[in-house]
Amino acid sequence: MAEHTIKAFDQEMDKLRGLIAEMGGRAESAIEKAMLALQRHDKVMAAEVVAEDKRIDAIEAEVEKLAIEIIALRAPMANDLRDVIAALKIVGVVERIGDYAKNIAKRVPLISANQRTQEPIALLPSMGQVAGEMVQDVLNAFAARDADLAVAVVERDTVVDDFYNSVFRTLVTFMVENPKTISECAHLLFIAKNIERIGDHATNVAEMVYYAATGQTLPDRERGGAAAEG
Amino acid sequence: MPETKMTARDVKVFYGEKQAIKGVSIDVDMDNVTAFIGPSGCGKSTFLRTLNRMNDTVASARVEGTITLDGEDIYAPSMDVVQLRARVGMVFQKPNPFPKSIYENIAYGPRIHGLAHAKADLDVIVEKSLRRAGLWDEVKDRLHDSGTALSGGQQQRLCIGRAIAVEPEVILMDEPCSALDPIATAKIEELIHELRGRYAIVIVTHNMQQAARVSQRTAFFHLGELVEYGVTSDIFTNPRQERTKDYITGRYG
Repeated sequence: MAEHTIKAFDQEMDKLRGLIAEMGGRAESAIEKAMLALQRHDKVMAAEVVAEDKRIDAIEAEVEKLAIEIIALRAPMANDLRDVIAALKIVGVVERIGDYAKNIAKRVPLISANQRTQEPIALLPSMGQVAGEMVQDVLNAFAARDADLAVAVVERDTVVDDFYNSVFRTLVTFMVENPKTISECAHLLFIAKNIERIGDHATNVAEMVYYAATGQTLPDRERGGAAAEG
Repeated sequence: MPETKMTARDVKVFYGEKQAIKGVSIDVDMDNVTAFIGPSGCGKSTFLRTLNRMNDTVASARVEGTITLDGEDIYAPSMDVVQLRARVGMVFQKPNPFPKSIYENIAYGPRIHGLAHAKADLDVIVEKSLRRAGLWDEVKDRLHDSGTALSGGQQQRLCIGRAIAVEPEVILMDEPCSALDPIATAKIEELIHELRGRYAIVIVTHNMQQAARVSQRTAFFHLGELVEYGVTSDIFTNPRQERTKDYITGRYG
């Protein structure tokens, strides 16, 4: 795309994109670390995820401030305006995604190491990986104004939903058969639900990215379905 | 559907050999303020001036194509140009009141167009026009002071009042705020908003924010072509043409 006549405007827009890319990278890594901490029952790593969420919150505040300054001082129009508004909305959602990762990490110490329900725990990291990649891809799509990549993210949400439904059934079966695991399984169920929500949020962001890139809203038929259960 | 007031079809304007407007077609309606935007030299003012035959005053200018007012060809030989310019009024970049009293600035047009002769009738027109121009309260106690003694913003509203006084159907504004400060500009913009619907209004502006604020339809001109014409909010959020986008986002040139 051609540069603005006013170079400082380009620099500010680049900074906005850079912050969002950083935020996306941090959110994705928070999800990955939270899943790893769960798998290894690593309380130290879980605590790191909780601590690192502060940086994600700080980036949200920084983007909001910069976006408001750009609107006030540059009066952005057309695709610039759509980008700034999308950035404002996206950071709110990514902040929430960070919170979900933090919530997963906070549950890690509550799941006792000796009576772990291995089967659902084995499924969760793969589910988390798909959701984390959706987050990463959708923010790359924003940086590159790539509407096709945004659509691909939306389509992947059904994978996360399928995972969720599968984990849900497994956990319910587990709880019926081993009532002693109910407390642990309830935490795992919340973790699965958190990941499922991360997928939904990434899908929302993809819709914002699609609008910012094209000026059109994403046609309904391309949106992913919601999780069937729970 | 809003009532179409003026229609231009394949309008071309030449200054001698040079073609300034390259086949512009556009409809102007009563309900919406239409803004013409574009970089200097794009032809927006030239095109505006074809709408009340102001280009007639330029010896080398030649206009082709069809422009109608209420379906009537304004370039037809039978068209009375003086009458046309009463029906299609114009406000210019620099306020240009007559060097006469405020009262006379307004009364002059109605008097020569035979809209009123008696002093009482003229008084009514002067008050009504100044009220519509949003100037009455500021000048009612000094109607016989010179129009040129007013501030720039007041002078411009006086010129709008002068245009209104002859009961036009269309008002053309060529950069009406470029010589005014932000407060005087805001008053003119508010006035445009109030006049909308009563007159068809076309405004040429270099200030894109102004086009966005005052108009409901925006036309983007570039190199003598009408590149894009549409609903103002669409033009400023999601223009269809690359050239429009580059211009309104500040990437032009």
